[in-house]
Amino acid sequence: MILQARDVRKSYGEFCALDGVSLAVNAGEFVSIIGPNGAGKTTLINVLTGILEPSAGRVVFKDRDITGIGTVRLSRLGMARSFQLVTIFPELTVLEVLQVAVVSRLGRGTRLFASLARDRQVAAQALEVAELFLLAEKRHTVARQLPQGDKKLLDVASAFALHPEIILLDEPTSGVSTRDKNKIMEILVSASKRIGIKAIVQVEHDMDIVFGYSDRIVALHQGRVLAEGAPGAIRANEDVVNMVLGRRDRAVAKRNPSPLRGEGEGEGTAPTKC
Amino acid sequence: MRARAGLAALALAVLAVPLLGRDYYSILMLSFFAYAITLLGVNLLFGYTGLLSFGHALFIGIGAYAAAVLTGKLGVLHMEAILLVAAVAALLVAAPVGALCVRYVKIYFGMLTLAFGMLFNSFLIKFYHLTGGDEGMRVLRPSLLGFDLSQIPKVQFLTGPYYYYSAAVLAIATFVMWRIVASPFGLCLRSIRENPVKAESLGISVKRYRWVAFLISAAYAAVGGALLGPTVGQVDPSLTYWTQSGNLVFMTLLGGFAHFLGPLLGAFVFIYLQDAVMSIVPYWRLIFGAILAILVIFVPGGLVGLMAGRGARPGIKAVREGAR
Repeated sequence: MILQARDVRKSYGEFCALDGVSLAVNAGEFVSIIGPNGAGKTTLINVLTGILEPSAGRVVFKDRDITGIGTVRLSRLGMARSFQLVTIFPELTVLEVLQVAVVSRLGRGTRLFASLARDRQVAAQALEVAELFLLAEKRHTVARQLPQGDKKLLDVASAFALHPEIILLDEPTSGVSTRDKNKIMEILVSASKRIGIKAIVQVEHDMDIVFGYSDRIVALHQGRVLAEGAPGAIRANEDVVNMVLGRRDRAVAKRNPSPLRGEGEGEGTAPTKC
Repeated sequence: MRARAGLAALALAVLAVPLLGRDYYSILMLSFFAYAITLLGVNLLFGYTGLLSFGHALFIGIGAYAAAVLTGKLGVLHMEAILLVAAVAALLVAAPVGALCVRYVKIYFGMLTLAFGMLFNSFLIKFYHLTGGDEGMRVLRPSLLGFDLSQIPKVQFLTGPYYYYSAAVLAIATFVMWRIVASPFGLCLRSIRENPVKAESLGISVKRYRWVAFLISAAYAAVGGALLGPTVGQVDPSLTYWTQSGNLVFMTLLGGFAHFLGPLLGAFVFIYLQDAVMSIVPYWRLIFGAILAILVIFVPGGLVGLMAGRGARPGIKAVREGAR
């Protein structure tokens, strides 16, 4: 087991975003977290990656309690993340964005007088990631001028450039055309193999992506784990179909031989009180 | 290559100013050297790290008063020692002040630096027996590189040895700053300016980098202030008044913060324009206020942005986004 959340709770005022979530991610796994809007998916990712401190519960990474230790130290321990909304450095070039991650990983940020332009190791490693993500040709393009799909790729690529052991992706394909979604996922999976990333956790709304790539799926609903299991088991779970997949599930249902009943709310639920 | 030739021509022009025989302009250049060094530091913080300080006159003051105390009270006349002590004193003050300020960003950072600047200004006025209060302190003529130059007339000293000494200090300061911004450290500062949350997620310790940038900028401002001391001959609290910090911001915007040399151009134009306008009308602040308004609205990229011909639009966008 590489990452574990134990009975994690997070409340904002009197509302519970997370109401006792436990989760374990093993090496070699691709885990997807699904759930309607407001189910607590992003909060969970933020707690797991140290941006938020949970109100209660613990997060354990590689047998080490990492609750609230902060993103900087987590990144050094081998955890990286990408964000739901594209988060890049708009005025830096593609290569520079990746170099920031490489400089950080190699611990060279404290070199005040060294020439970055002459640092071949940093340049080579940044370029290697650019190539993996098919961004090498655009390496001198300023990030804000990239098309949306490439911005999303760059956001994810910069997290990969940290060479983490585990990576948490908050909707890696949101805001991207359907055609680009599969391209992004293919790049992501092959890059993680090349870099040697042990586990991927993603939050994702697109059920084709979720069922197409995951080893295991965790369904959240109102801050609790509704169900978890292999894609086949999740498809067959009536609670998940009713409360999470809802109407959008029809496409999935066609491919699924198990009987389905009911049409759930699916799209978003009101937050729960603690 | 063209850039190098341009820089060489610029350096020659600077070296030739005293040969023109207009001592007044040479002495104005001394102010330029001092402010240029200060602005290199200010822009590391603003242009590269995204933190706009409204209190850097504090560090100019520390440098200038260090020169006064060392030459006037302690009898230390070596300019090299003065520069060193000025930088160290600024670092000692900037370490706790910066640690507090960099916890905040945008207007809160600006206001906090302003507050510390004014605190120091009040300190200089109130602690009369230490600082000479309103009247300030005299700065005696320093020795340069161990040479005692006390015998030559003041103007000759300022437009001769001291002119070239200051120019050399600026050249060294510029070179060192160029190395800093082109280093991995410099890249990390720019990433923080662009998106601190993302930088942190990539393992960049944002506050620590901001703090180091603050320290460097403080040391630069103090070196600038120490160089200013012998030029003016008398340092007083007005040097640390908040409008001085405002002038630094003005110079940075005038030249253009997006370019490494922009603030230097800003300092040059500011100093000579101020002199020219003051000699024509007494209301130079009115005119400068109008210039500042025009700059922010129409030429947010500053003079360098204008010369680069990239138009004002991307600059406006950058400034507006920065404001958000």
